[in-house]
Amino acid sequence: MPKSELVENLDLDNYKYGFVDPESHVYRTKPGLDESIVREISRQKEEPDWMLKFRLKALRVYESKPMPTWGGDLSDLEATLKEIYFYVKPQEQTERSWEDVPDNIKNTFEKLGIPEAEQKALAGVGAQYESEMVYHSLKEEWSSKGVIFDSIEDGLKNHPEIFKEHFGTIIPIADNKFSALNAAVWSGGSFVYVPKGVHLETPLQAYFRVNQERMGQFERTLIIVDEGARAHYIEGCTAPVYSTDSFHSGVIEIVVKKNARFRYTTIQNWSNNMYNLVTQRAVVQENATMEWLDGNLGSKLTMKYPSCYLMGRGAHGSIMSIAYAGSGQHQDTGGKVVHAAENTTSSIISKSISKEDGRSSYRGLCKVLEGATGSRSNVECDALLINETSRTDTYPYIEVDEKCATVGHEATVSKVGDEQLFYLKNRGLSEEEAMALVVRGFLEPIAKELPLEYAVELNRLIELEMEGSVG
Amino acid sequence: MSNAPALEIQGLSAKVANEDTSILKDLDLVVEPGQIHAIMGPNGSGKSTLAKVLSGHPSYQVTSGEVLYLGQSILDLEPDERALAGIFMAFQYPVEIPGVSIANFLRTALQARLGHGEELDLFDFQDQLLEAMELLEVEPSFAERPVNDGFSGGEKKRNEILQMAVLRPSLAIMDETDSGLDIDALQVVSKGVNSLHKQNPEMTILLITHYQRILDYIKPDLVHVMVDGKIVRTGGPELALELEKQGYADWKISS
Repeated sequence: MPKSELVENLDLDNYKYGFVDPESHVYRTKPGLDESIVREISRQKEEPDWMLKFRLKALRVYESKPMPTWGGDLSDLEATLKEIYFYVKPQEQTERSWEDVPDNIKNTFEKLGIPEAEQKALAGVGAQYESEMVYHSLKEEWSSKGVIFDSIEDGLKNHPEIFKEHFGTIIPIADNKFSALNAAVWSGGSFVYVPKGVHLETPLQAYFRVNQERMGQFERTLIIVDEGARAHYIEGCTAPVYSTDSFHSGVIEIVVKKNARFRYTTIQNWSNNMYNLVTQRAVVQENATMEWLDGNLGSKLTMKYPSCYLMGRGAHGSIMSIAYAGSGQHQDTGGKVVHAAENTTSSIISKSISKEDGRSSYRGLCKVLEGATGSRSNVECDALLINETSRTDTYPYIEVDEKCATVGHEATVSKVGDEQLFYLKNRGLSEEEAMALVVRGFLEPIAKELPLEYAVELNRLIELEMEGSVG
Repeated sequence: MSNAPALEIQGLSAKVANEDTSILKDLDLVVEPGQIHAIMGPNGSGKSTLAKVLSGHPSYQVTSGEVLYLGQSILDLEPDERALAGIFMAFQYPVEIPGVSIANFLRTALQARLGHGEELDLFDFQDQLLEAMELLEVEPSFAERPVNDGFSGGEKKRNEILQMAVLRPSLAIMDETDSGLDIDALQVVSKGVNSLHKQNPEMTILLITHYQRILDYIKPDLVHVMVDGKIVRTGGPELALELEKQGYADWKISS
């Protein structure tokens, strides 16, 4: 009788990015935050005076705003923020050649497969380690066409006019407490400009790594896609597993000009001791298209609602998100669309999976302003619960001030059914394989949009996460 | 072991877990390898329960008796272990798996049958799948559809036999495969089963049905009548015709 040799001993360390490299930095601020730290960050970066003023103003706004109470549990965050390092400088400058990146940092990214990624079809690669972009490169083919893909600091230095025109205008300092915090202490992130009519055929990719314990990473990205241009930007994030909490709070500002198309893909796979509070927003002009593809797999708590402000007639915004909340995780994610012009269209598709005591919340806003006639929006959020203890909530906000607009909302909650598992087991799949297959099927509509290596990674992760999830 | 029956059920009693009433009551049945046996009976006689118990459905509990498959007890095996051993059930109500294509599903199921480190040959798989689809008279695009999701009743049943054709079980339990099929679909499905049996004469089939109709197309070696949780009569194919004329009413009274 053939006994099942099926249940392979899968690697039980589900989080393969949890390794720690020796601490190494050329400079870091003392733990906690005060004005001297903000000044020091600005001094280290040799910034123009207007930026220092911007930072100091932001610090005051940050300090004046109360901790939000409407999303995830932030009650321990105040104490955490007193302990973390707000700025850790790993090396003196951003390297253009991979060879020049210090060995220890290079090794980390090689373990994460970053130079390999560059070999594949990417137009450019950036890598951030702790607070700074340690590496940034763009293929000659694209730089010769006027595409800019730099660290945000180099963007400020080398392209001050276009930088200043947009920086902080899409997400103003006072937008929320964490956008204010980011504005005060931002460091690292990308500056991207795609000139009129240029179609970047392959994606730009940025990779974010936190290595230091009790680290705060505050990258700031500004992307301008000029009229008729097309591009795709991908970011990935990981960190070691520590018993203390870390903090990541990015601000991503995007302008998609007339007739342009832009997609921003995130695969966030932070370790489960990371607070991940991110503000991402795109302004979408006439007949332009913005697509957010947002994968939230890691972190302790994520609060992130990518948004599209549809400012020009015929603009289109799309937000597709996957959230996975395993044990001890809360994914409070969703999307926001504001229809501010005629005939604008938007679609939000959100899929979440909660396992064990994991919690996923969909939080979304669809707002149609008066005068945005003929606008259409559709929101679909589906939640899948793996265990009895798993939790999901939906908080959809819809505000329509225009009579001639169509807004649809649909939400489903499903459980992985016993009959589904039995059916699949009857065909020879183990319980874990059966569970993974059902979950993969649930995510399929979004997973198929992911770049191949991320789709493969997502599958691998689901298989590992479904180990021991049953019963 | 080589002479063991494909299936030998000895004094099997079973109930729904967490309930008291037995559904199968001291049931005996022997099916030799390569034979086709039909189990007929009125609604509520326990036919589908028998299919589920043989497959290891977690909602049912065996209270006494034994089930031997090729001479070995299977009662301690998980449903997937039974499947890997060669037992397959065509479901009366096939389950929907949204987002998972039939091709992907079958690839995963075949891969599960290989040893550690072995990889399924995808070209062989494609050939097998195409052949099975031709047999069941479905378009090649059928395999790209999500498993049973939005399928008509007939498509679901075809999909069951399609899976049977690809997975090649040695014991196939068909649980009311004929229910809800129109005559055309019934013919296609029956033709499929017959052709599989012809290709693999060692395949044993337990055909559970309420109606005689399917037995016009799939010829059983033996017909068993099941009433109130046990086999009350066994005979040749003519027994099915007799039942068709007389109905089950008499059996209910006599049991």
